[in-house]
Amino acid sequence: MADQNTLSRRGLFMKMGILFNGLVATALAVPIVGFLLSSITRGRANAYLSWVPLGPIKDFPEGETRLATFTNPYVTPTDGKTVDTACWVRRVEGEQFQVFAINCAHLGCPVRWFPQSGLFMCPCHGGAYYRDGSRASGPPERGLFEYPYKVQDGMVTIQAGELPTPGSLTASLFGNKPPCGARNELVSIESKLSACSKTNALLRKTKTWA
Amino acid sequence: MGVIGQIGQWFDQRLQLAAPIRDAAEHPVPRNTASWFYVFGSAALTVFLLQLVTGILLALIYVPSASEAWSSLQALNHDVTLGWFIRAMHGWGSNFMVAIVLIHMVQVFLFGAYKFPRELTWIVGVFLLLMTLGMAFSGQVLRFDQDAYWGLGIGASIASRVPIAGPIIVKLMLGGPIIAGATLSRFFALHVFVIPGMLIGFVCLHLLMVLKLGINEWPMPGRLVKRATYENEYHQLTRKDGAPFVPYAVWKDLFFAAFILLAVAACALYFGPFGPTGRPDPTIIQTAPKPDYFFLWLYGLLSYLPPSMETPALLIGPVVVIAFLVLLPFLSGEGEKSWRRRPIAVLTVLLIAIILGTLTHLAGYTPWSPHMNAWSGDPVPDKFLHGSTALQRQGALVFQGKQCRNCHSIGESGGQRGPALDSVAVRLTQDQLIRQVIQGGGNMPAYGKNLSPAETTALVAFLETLHPAGQTPARDAALGEAQEKSASAQ
Repeated sequence: MADQNTLSRRGLFMKMGILFNGLVATALAVPIVGFLLSSITRGRANAYLSWVPLGPIKDFPEGETRLATFTNPYVTPTDGKTVDTACWVRRVEGEQFQVFAINCAHLGCPVRWFPQSGLFMCPCHGGAYYRDGSRASGPPERGLFEYPYKVQDGMVTIQAGELPTPGSLTASLFGNKPPCGARNELVSIESKLSACSKTNALLRKTKTWA
Repeated sequence: MGVIGQIGQWFDQRLQLAAPIRDAAEHPVPRNTASWFYVFGSAALTVFLLQLVTGILLALIYVPSASEAWSSLQALNHDVTLGWFIRAMHGWGSNFMVAIVLIHMVQVFLFGAYKFPRELTWIVGVFLLLMTLGMAFSGQVLRFDQDAYWGLGIGASIASRVPIAGPIIVKLMLGGPIIAGATLSRFFALHVFVIPGMLIGFVCLHLLMVLKLGINEWPMPGRLVKRATYENEYHQLTRKDGAPFVPYAVWKDLFFAAFILLAVAACALYFGPFGPTGRPDPTIIQTAPKPDYFFLWLYGLLSYLPPSMETPALLIGPVVVIAFLVLLPFLSGEGEKSWRRRPIAVLTVLLIAIILGTLTHLAGYTPWSPHMNAWSGDPVPDKFLHGSTALQRQGALVFQGKQCRNCHSIGESGGQRGPALDSVAVRLTQDQLIRQVIQGGGNMPAYGKNLSPAETTALVAFLETLHPAGQTPARDAALGEAQEKSASAQ
C-alpha cells in the first residue's frame, strides 16, 4: 500500500487515463459544437439575403397593393413548399414601391390586405396597419417589416432570405420609424452600410457569424 | 417445483432482481395514502408509456421531411389501416398527459408533499412538467400543417425579442434563416430522441426518490414538518400504521390507469385525430393559426398584454415562474402540510386555475381578432334599416363596404374587436362619431384617408340611427336645440 503522500503506479495510470479522455473529449467537442452551431455560422451569407424577383413591374398597378410570392434564395432538398414566401407589394407611384413582409410585426402571423378600408389586418391577435405599413392598432409595437427593393430591367426585386422577426436584420432596416435614412429612398443592405452606423454594427456582427 | 418456477429461478440466479423488486413492491406505506388522491403520478407514467408505444408506431410511417411530413400524415389518416386511431391516441394521450401532470402537481402542492425531505422529488417533477410541455409543443410542430408553420413563426418572433442574442437563438431554433426542412428535422430529433431520453431518465430519478423517501403521508392539520424529527416520525408511522404498497394501495393505481387508458381510447375513437389542417405552404395566407389546447392560454395572454409590457413579460415571466417553482421547497420546506391550514396555497391554485381557464376560454373564440369575412358575410339586419332615409342606407353600405363589421358587431353578428354598435348613438354625439371615424383612437384605426367626406357623412347618418327605441340619441349640451337641428340639416 502506498502511503497517502505518494502516488502509486496504478493511481498515476488512472489519472493519466482520465486526463487522456479529457483531451480526446475536448478535441471531439470542437467538431460537435461546430456542427450544432452550423445554422448560425454557415458560410452562406451570399445566398441568405440576396435579390429575388417578384414579377414584372406591370403586374403591380399604381396605387394598389398586391400579393406576390417568391422562392427563398436559400433552399435545401427537403424544404418542400416552405421556401415559397408571400409578401405584399404596394406600388406608390412610378418606380416607388413598398414591399411588406407577410408576417405581422407582433408574432409573425400572416396579415391580410383589405383595399376597401385600406388596412392590413392580422388574424391572430388583431393587429392592424395602414396602407403604408404603419401601425394602426392592436398589439404590434411597430409597423410592418419592409424588404429593400429595386426595379431592374422591368422586374421588381427584393432583398430577402430570412424570416422577418422583431430582432431580425430585415426588421431593423425599415418600418414605422426607420433607424436612419428616408424610407422611400432606394436602398439595399450594402448601401445602408455607409449610411447608418447602428445597422452597420449589426451587419458587421452578422458577417462575423456568417 | 414446476417448470416455470425452475426457469424463473434460473434467471434470478443470474439477474438477482427478484429480491429488490419484491422489497420495492412490498415497502410499507402509510395506510391513509391508499387513496384515490394518490393515483395521478402512476396515471401520468401510464400515459407516458402509452405515448412511447403509439409514438414508435407512428414513426413507422411518418416522414420527418418538410416536403413529405404532411402527406405522410394524410396517409396515416386515410390509407394505413387504423393509422387514424394511433394518431388520435397519440394526440389525445398528449392532452391527457399534460392534464394529469398538472393535476398531479396541484395535488402534491396542496398536500405539502414538496416539503422536507422531498424537495428534490418536487424539483425533478418541475423539470418533468417542463419536458411534458416541450413534448406537447414539439409534437404540435411534427404535425406539420399550417398551424405548425405559423406556430413556429410565433415561437421565432418571441425568441427574437431576447436582447442581443435574439437573432442567433432564432437561427438555432429554426436550423437556418427561415422555417424549412431543417426546422422540422431538428424538432423531430427533439421530440423523438432528446426530450424522451431526458424524460425517461428524470422519471426514473423521480420514482427512485419516491421509493427511497416513501410516499407523502396524508397531511393532518396541525402535524408540522420539522427537519430534525420528520424522518423518525415517518418511519414510526409506516411501522405502526403501514401496509405493503402491493397489494394494499396498488389496486387503486391499477384501476385508475386502466380507466385513463380507456378514456384516451374513447376520446380517440369518438373525436378522431387532430388535423393535420392545411398544407404548410406559406403562400396560403387565408389562415388563422391557433395553438393546441394547452397553449391557448398563452395565445390569449399575448393579445391582452399591453404592447410595452409584452417583451418583458415574455422574457422575464417564464424565468420568474420556473424559479419560483424550483425555489418553492426552500421557501417553505417545513411546517404545515395540510391544505386546510394553508389558505394562501389554496387561493393561489384557484387564482391560477381561474386565470388560465379564462384565457383558454377566451382563446376559444378570440374576441380580439377581427372577423375577416364579416363585412361580406354578415349583412346589416333588416330591423336597423326600417324607415331609414336614402342617406342612412348609403351609410349602411359604407359600414359594410369599409369592413367596419370585421371589428364591430351589430345585431349580435360581426367582430368583437371593437365595441358593439347597436346603441352607439346613445354614447356618442354626431361630432364625436365623426371624430372617432376620421381620427380613430382607443385602439381604432383612423379612417380619414379612406373615406370621402360624402362617405363619412352617410356613415355617421347611419350610426346616428343606432339607438334603442324610446331612448334619445346623445347630443351636445353646449349646442342649443335649434343650432343642433340646423347643424344636422346641413
